[in-house]
Amino acid sequence: MTSPFPSLPLKKGEGVRRSGGGWGLDRRATFWFIYLPPLIWLSLFFVLPVLLMAAFSFRPDMRGDFLQLWTPTLDQYASVAAVGSYWRLLGISALTALGIGISAVALAYPLAYFLALRAGPRAGFYLILLLVPFWTSYLLRIMAWKILLGTEGVLNSLLIYIGIIQEPLTALLYNRTAVILTLIYVWIPFAALPILAALQRIDPILFEAASDLGARPFHQFTRITLPLSLPGVFAAFFMVFIPTVGEYVTPLLVGGSRGFLYGNIIQDFFTKAANWPLGSALSMIMLTATLILVAFATRLIDLRQLFE
Amino acid sequence: MNARRSSFPLTFYYFALILLLYMPIALLFLFSVNTSVSLSFPIKQLTFDWYRKLFEADAVLRAARNSLFVALGSSFAATLLGTMVSILMLRYKFRGQNILVALAVLPLIVPYVVLGVALLLLFSVLQIDRSLWTVGIAHTVVALPYTLLIIASRLAGFDANLEEAAMDLGADYPTTLRRVVLPLIFPAMVSAWLTAFTVSFDEFALALFLAGTQPTFPVYLFSQLRFANRLPIMVALAVLMMIGTLTLVFLAERFRRRDV
Repeated sequence: MTSPFPSLPLKKGEGVRRSGGGWGLDRRATFWFIYLPPLIWLSLFFVLPVLLMAAFSFRPDMRGDFLQLWTPTLDQYASVAAVGSYWRLLGISALTALGIGISAVALAYPLAYFLALRAGPRAGFYLILLLVPFWTSYLLRIMAWKILLGTEGVLNSLLIYIGIIQEPLTALLYNRTAVILTLIYVWIPFAALPILAALQRIDPILFEAASDLGARPFHQFTRITLPLSLPGVFAAFFMVFIPTVGEYVTPLLVGGSRGFLYGNIIQDFFTKAANWPLGSALSMIMLTATLILVAFATRLIDLRQLFE
Repeated sequence: MNARRSSFPLTFYYFALILLLYMPIALLFLFSVNTSVSLSFPIKQLTFDWYRKLFEADAVLRAARNSLFVALGSSFAATLLGTMVSILMLRYKFRGQNILVALAVLPLIVPYVVLGVALLLLFSVLQIDRSLWTVGIAHTVVALPYTLLIIASRLAGFDANLEEAAMDLGADYPTTLRRVVLPLIFPAMVSAWLTAFTVSFDEFALALFLAGTQPTFPVYLFSQLRFANRLPIMVALAVLMMIGTLTLVFLAERFRRRDV
C-alpha cells in the first residue's frame, strides 16, 4: 500500500542519486531510530492494554492473581446477554448519541453557512468567537450548566427572585434530558468545523452559474449548496456521534443515575462494583460497535479531508 | 452575487447562538467575583476574595501543578512520537506502514472510557502503581493523533526534493533531517505541542481512572464539586485556567498558520 501523499516525486530525467550515499546505511539506521519508539510505545500502551482487556473478558471471575492463567470462558458475554438492561442502555446510548449528533449538526449548519458564505471579510474573527467556548475546559463548561440548572442554581434562583415560581424546579437537572442538552451545547462549535470546511470548498462560480441560469435562492441551496456540503455534514455527525456513545463524564455530572449511559456501567464495574471481567466484556462490546461504525463511516466519507 | 442578498436571519441566528454559548462562561466569571458562597441570584457584592483564597489553598495549587507536570511531559512525548510517525509516513515506504499510521490515529476513535479501563488493567497486571506517570502515558496516547495530523499535514506540503538536494550536496540522512526537515516542520511541531498540552491539561475521563493519590486538576475539581462552600474557589481557578488555555490555543493557531 502507498501512503496518501506522494513520497519523493522524482521526475524522469532528473539527475538525482537514488542509490549509494544519501540513501544508504544512514537512512536505514535513521529508519530504525525513528521507527522503534512509536512502535514500542503504541504496542505497549495501546495494543497490549486492548488485547489484555479482550483476554480479561474471557476470564471467569476476579479471583486469583492477575497474571494467573485462566480457562477462557464466555460466561461474561453470557451474563451480558442475559441482562436486558445492558442492551437497553447500549441502545439508549446509541439513540441518545444519534439525537445529539443530528441536533448538533442541524444547529451548527446555519452557523457554518453564515461563516462560509455570508460573514464576509470578518469571517475569521467570527469563527474564533465561535470556537472560544469549545476551547474552554470541558469539565468547566459542564460545571457551568450544573450551576445554571441546579436546585439552588442560577435559573431557579433567578425565577424565584423575579417571582415567577415559589419552589425551585427540580426537573432541570439529573436526568437524561439534561445530559442531552449539555452535550448538544458542548458539541455545536465542533460540529460547525467540518461543515464549514466543506462549504468553503464549493467553487463560488457554481452559485453564479446557477443564478445566471435562473435558479432561485432556495433551489440554489437544495441543488448545489446542500449536496456539495453533505460530506462535511456526515463528517460532523460522526465526529459528534462517536465520542458521545462512549461518554460517561457528562452523565456523572449532570445526569445522575437517571441519566446514566452505557459508559457509566463500564466505569461502575471497574470502580465501585470491581467486576473487571464483566466490565471488560462490556468494553469489548462497545469497542467493537464503535469500530464497525467507523468502518461504515469511512465508506461514507473520506476521513482524510477532515484534517486539511 | 450572493453576498449582497439579505443575510439578516442568519446573522441573527449566529449571534443568538453565540450569546447562548457564552452565557455559562459569563456566569462563571460573574460568580468568581460574587461574595455569596452559593452561586445564585441576586448577586451580592463584587469581591476578589475567591482569587485570594485560591492562592492560599495548597491542595488546589498542588493539583494545578500536577496537571502542568503531566501536560508538559505528555505533550513533549506526543510531539516527539508524532514527528517520528509523520516522517515515517511521508518519507519512507515499508511493510506495515499503514498499520502503524492507523494505530497512531486510532486513539481518536476509541472511546475514552474503554481506553481508560484497558490501561487501568495493564497497569494493574504489570503492578505499576497509578500516578501522574500513568496519566501522562494515557495522555500521550490520545494526544498522538493530534500531533501526527498537525505535523504530517505540514510535512506533506514540502517537496521531498529539498531533502534530495541536501543529500546530493553531501549531507547524510540524519543531518538532512536535522538541518532541512526539522526546521521546516518546526512551526507545526510547536503548534502540535501546544495542542497536545491543552488536550492533556483539560483531560478528565482518562485521568479519573489512572490518577492515583495525586489528582490532576480536573480530577481534583471533580472531587470538590460536592463541597458547595469550595465551589467559588474552584470557579475562580477555572476562570484563571480558561484564560491560560485560551492563550495557549491562540499561540498554537498563530504557529500553525505561520508561513515560512
